[in-house]
Amino acid sequence: MYRRHLLGATAGLAAATALPRFAIGQGTGGSAARVLKFVPQADLAVADPIITTAYVTRNHSYLIWDTLYGFDEDYKPQPQMVQGHVVEENGRRVTMTLRDGLKFHDGEPVRARDCVASIQRWAKRDALGQVMMTVVDELSAPDDKTILFRLKQPFPLLFEALGKPSTPVCFMMPERLAKTDATTAVKEMIGSGPFRFKPDERVPGARVVYERFADYVPRADGPVSWTAGPKKVNFDRIEWHVMPDAATAANALQNGEVDWWEQPPGDLQALLRRNRNVNLEIQDPTGLMGMARFNHLHPPFNNPAIRRALLGAVSQADFMTAVIGTDKSLWREGVGVFPPDTPLATDAGMEVLTSRRDYDKVKADLAAAGYKGEKVVLIAASDFPSLNALAQVGHDMLKKCGLNVEFVSTDWGSVVQRRASKEPPEKGGWSMFFTFWSGVDMFNPGVQQALRGNGQSAWFGWPTAPRLEELRNAWFEAPDLEAQKAIARDIQLQAFQDVPYLPCGQYFQAWAYRRNLTGVLKGLPMFWNVQRNA
Amino acid sequence: MFAYIVRRVLATIPVMAIVALFVFSLLYIAPGDPAAVIAGDQATPADVERIRASLGLDRPFLVRFGEWVFRILRGDLGVSIFTNLPVTRMIAQRIEPTLSLMVVTLFLAISIAVPMGVVAAWKAGSWIDRAVMAFAVLGFSVPVFVVGYLLAYYFALELDWFPVQGYTPFAEGLGPWLSNLVLPSVALGGVYIALIARITRATMLEVLQQDYIRTARAKGAGQGTMLFVHALKNAAVPIVTVIGIGVALLIGGAVVTESVFAIPGLGRLTVDAILRRDYPVIQGVILLFSFVYVLVNLLIDLSYTLFDPRIRY
Repeated sequence: MYRRHLLGATAGLAAATALPRFAIGQGTGGSAARVLKFVPQADLAVADPIITTAYVTRNHSYLIWDTLYGFDEDYKPQPQMVQGHVVEENGRRVTMTLRDGLKFHDGEPVRARDCVASIQRWAKRDALGQVMMTVVDELSAPDDKTILFRLKQPFPLLFEALGKPSTPVCFMMPERLAKTDATTAVKEMIGSGPFRFKPDERVPGARVVYERFADYVPRADGPVSWTAGPKKVNFDRIEWHVMPDAATAANALQNGEVDWWEQPPGDLQALLRRNRNVNLEIQDPTGLMGMARFNHLHPPFNNPAIRRALLGAVSQADFMTAVIGTDKSLWREGVGVFPPDTPLATDAGMEVLTSRRDYDKVKADLAAAGYKGEKVVLIAASDFPSLNALAQVGHDMLKKCGLNVEFVSTDWGSVVQRRASKEPPEKGGWSMFFTFWSGVDMFNPGVQQALRGNGQSAWFGWPTAPRLEELRNAWFEAPDLEAQKAIARDIQLQAFQDVPYLPCGQYFQAWAYRRNLTGVLKGLPMFWNVQRNA
Repeated sequence: MFAYIVRRVLATIPVMAIVALFVFSLLYIAPGDPAAVIAGDQATPADVERIRASLGLDRPFLVRFGEWVFRILRGDLGVSIFTNLPVTRMIAQRIEPTLSLMVVTLFLAISIAVPMGVVAAWKAGSWIDRAVMAFAVLGFSVPVFVVGYLLAYYFALELDWFPVQGYTPFAEGLGPWLSNLVLPSVALGGVYIALIARITRATMLEVLQQDYIRTARAKGAGQGTMLFVHALKNAAVPIVTVIGIGVALLIGGAVVTESVFAIPGLGRLTVDAILRRDYPVIQGVILLFSFVYVLVNLLIDLSYTLFDPRIRY
């Protein structure tokens, strides 16, 4: 090859590789303007919202499936698929009427029997749904438009249960899919929501694609708020691009290759804030609530006095600083069992968490409670930075308290397996793990699994706390918000006695999106109402 | 030759069988539970148990292994526990980006490393030689992800020459395809370039001492002809061997590179599957990687006959 041929070929190659940047640069005009590129918090591993409680699946499902009721920013259920409802016979008969024009993505109309089957499948998995079904005498579809509940007794939380955004959400599916066993994933993503799922374009672990459902009819009334109100769509196509590496996602957002990143970590937020094309906003006021979960079956944490003693060691500020940094606008301490600023939040008994931290006193209390140096196995997920941060601080806290701690650092997959073991810690079991729950999954006793005290049937850790269960049952029957608040106060006081877990504070996850996006809704990442300005 | 190829292909069968048994057993005893991952953090233990039963994960080892082997013999790698998609389809979706990354990296690495090694040997002891060796040390020492971030920062964010991340299929054009592959290939190629350059230099140094090189010089052969025709061809066997061995290096490096540049390839598929304990996918991908490795080694062995006519099978 002659030198000039080589130079010519090199120049040609350079020209060819320069083309795509030009093409990418055109991304804000033409058809690209109708495509929204979103980086979700994680890959969509499981697409069925009923068999999993994963938040990423819930967010994906709100695109495809609709709900009978939405949830607004005041945490109140509002009619969504239903036109309205009638409550009769002192609350024992509730009739819901579906809106006109509701259609599934396969062209079939949404019928009341689809909704009945969907509610039944959801209720098998959802804690609040299970309670609801205990008071349901009859759930039927007298005609295509009408859903009928006959109740043994009034259930004031019926509409909240059907509209709550905590997982699993009561999504409406075609009857043929809703008949699937509640522990087996549905095979098709057919809903009546504002977007259709594109299975042919899905690359698991990398990309999920949705396109606008042309036959979707948004509600005509009500303000758009959280999952309630008219779902007006301004994009033809939503693409989820999974990026496991945070630095890559940050670069892609800054470069305009994606529009919206759901969970920028704390250490990259300062960088993004400096970019004038990027907006960072906290849109979910309920945040994420950290907790240290005890194994109540085995020593030392089968002793409530030991668990109570550790309340005096918790420094929520330390936990939250490790998770999200020193910017106090991003986290909160002095957090009890309900998210602050939500209807049931209370300061009852909070001095156990807010008083001065005194490790000598904690050590003395532990000794008085009968701690004899039993091994504490702390299992930690090192592949989730926020969970790892909680566990590292927790490890230090337990050591400062003089506990005999074995720190098992592993991946989340191993944590979720090991925490299911009821064996003693020295035989492959565990004593404590840390996790986060979304605030919407904790804002009342009906949805908060970690507050249950139903022993072997409870969430991992299996606390037995009969008084907590009594209070929970009383809360279901509370006639109004004031009565609910009074019970919530008692629940928190009781929780500080039984200590099913240690509250570790609350942090707020900012979303990062290009500044030319407007109409981003508060609450969960929703893809209606949002639009791109020129 | 044909008989040799048949023998080598047949020899892959027991190798693959051992790999299959090893992978299945390892995953069986490894901690982790896909049912718990599917159910999510908020699920109750009873929910997890029901999902485990519905997936058939509560059945004995031998039953599950027998079923898996039977399916593999029919060419069926099974279905992902999480996505319900056939593993073959998931692999097919991911194979092009990884293959593209490896081919471009290989091309880039060989085109840079071999001349570098040859020149370093020719100018042994000079500043050129020292510069090449310094580059080789750097290539070995700097992790792929560090190089990747630096390249992305400078060439994508600062200069805006290339996209930060993603992959464009070859079918959408050579330009877009290459544009997404340049930075990852350079990042991934660093170690590979270092490896090939060093082995090329070492082998060339030895060859350049041979009598036939002196003869070629005495006959008046040009420097280029002498280096790249007479010497390099005779040094090719160890170089090709290292290139073949380096394929394993590339597979390993692809996992990191695909994460840094968000390339939806087999590396990321493997990592995701391992983190979730998606057993059928892990087993399928590892079998594929093993097969590719065995195949590459076979091709390398066969290529020896091209460079050294004395080698016959």
